[in-house]
Amino acid sequence: MKRRKLEELFFRILMILATIIVGGSFFLIVGTVFIKGIHYMNLDMITKTPGGGFYIGKEGGVLNAIIGSFYVAGGATVLGLLISIPVAIYINMYMDGKRFWSNTVRMAFDVLFGIPSIVYGAFGFLIMVYFGLRASLLGGIIAVTLLVIPILVRTLDEVIRTVPLELRDAALSLGSTRWEMSKVILRQIRPGIFTAILLSFGRAIGDVASVLFTAGFSDNIPTSLHEPAATLPLAIFFQLGSPVEEVQGRGYASALILTVIVLIITLLSDFLIKKFSKHKI
Amino acid sequence: MTKTPHISVQHLNVHIGNQRILKDISINIPDKKVTSIIGPSGCGKTTLLKSFNRLLDNTADVKIDGKVLVDGEDIYAPDAEVTHIRKKMGLLSQRPFPLPMSIYDNVAYGPRIHGIRKKQELDELVEQQLKATGLWNEVKDRLNSSATRLSIGQQQRLCLARGLAVGPEIILGDESTSALDPVSTAIIEDLFISLKEKYSIVLVTHILRQARRVSDYIIFVYMGKIIEFGPTEEVLLNPREELTREYVKGFIS
Repeated sequence: MKRRKLEELFFRILMILATIIVGGSFFLIVGTVFIKGIHYMNLDMITKTPGGGFYIGKEGGVLNAIIGSFYVAGGATVLGLLISIPVAIYINMYMDGKRFWSNTVRMAFDVLFGIPSIVYGAFGFLIMVYFGLRASLLGGIIAVTLLVIPILVRTLDEVIRTVPLELRDAALSLGSTRWEMSKVILRQIRPGIFTAILLSFGRAIGDVASVLFTAGFSDNIPTSLHEPAATLPLAIFFQLGSPVEEVQGRGYASALILTVIVLIITLLSDFLIKKFSKHKI
Repeated sequence: MTKTPHISVQHLNVHIGNQRILKDISINIPDKKVTSIIGPSGCGKTTLLKSFNRLLDNTADVKIDGKVLVDGEDIYAPDAEVTHIRKKMGLLSQRPFPLPMSIYDNVAYGPRIHGIRKKQELDELVEQQLKATGLWNEVKDRLNSSATRLSIGQQQRLCLARGLAVGPEIILGDESTSALDPVSTAIIEDLFISLKEKYSIVLVTHILRQARRVSDYIIFVYMGKIIEFGPTEEVLLNPREELTREYVKGFIS
């Protein structure tokens, strides 16, 4: 009897410790970024682009990178959705008699999901070279789109598979076509689509490797798709690499900005998920 | 029966994977009657029901041969229009699955996809079908609230109203009361009995008492074959086949 109780205690402590480590590291990471960055955080950081001498500690901000990141991550998520939703619907709603093929497609996306983002960056770079494009916002969006498509397809696929088959039967037995039935399913999974958007946007806005060669970097806010665009992860990377203390501090401030953006998006998507769940079975 | 029945099944065989689920099924479903398909679990009752409106098409590795004639048209013919066939039948599944939209839109969904756009026409249809299923008085003040807020018994009646709104000739019920409480079950059963004036109804049920209460005819299916088909009283009280007798007495289940 005593042995069983000890075992219970031992594993319970183990689980509590693991939970504390995970939770603790979250606070440690966010805390470090906050403490190191907050002193250098000011309105200029989010309202101004780098002025002359910004990188040796003079005035300016990272608005170029904030806007650039939103353009790249937003563009890639929208483009990614336009491709992923049809894929997810097709493999689930139209290929159900051909399980071999739908599983082959799923496996292909699983493989793509595991590919490191630098490979997408390199691939995007090759495409750009082939078409004679320079590093630009468009190049960045394309590379990041390639990166997020597997995330979107996988998430949407999981979500669609949680919809009871009977709901499809219900729509079909009213005489709907497969597309009409798919629209009903899309309504049903609306909260899941928001989850997918969040995951994709969060991954896209934080990824460095895919934009390294493709989006380039610029101190200006891009005004067309063909101009190079700065992104927050790259801005953080450049600033942290500087020997100037002021610039390093701004690197942490930029990291804080990125963290806050991701936090806001998470909260927003939580809110939208709750709002759109009201018709859910 | 002199005229062609709504549903006539001829030498239907269904394989799923390597398993033969239905074996050489031939039957004419009586019009404007309630026909119950009974039999032990896994005997092919639901498969038979789903073969009537081609919902089997969505099952992986399914192979169907033989004919199912609906109003004389072979629904498994290569040129058969599946949406047109399904429109002729309302399906009521085991648990209610309201569409993820409001009460009104649930009933209006079918008519809308079949081309009815006028608000007034839709309003009338929705009211008419909700009245037909006895739901109107309970929901008329909250037609725009989510269908999932209804109780499960109300949801099942809503699903029935939704099915009736496309103007079917046949109602298919797949153990439609198995998730409901006794009161809701009684309401649905009464609805079936009153609806048979206008519709041909086919129910799958594993509750013999229910089959006896609501149906005019009974089909007993065992191991993928039709063992016996006849008027309810005859099949349940005085079966011709030994297998039916054993099932009805509860020896096989």
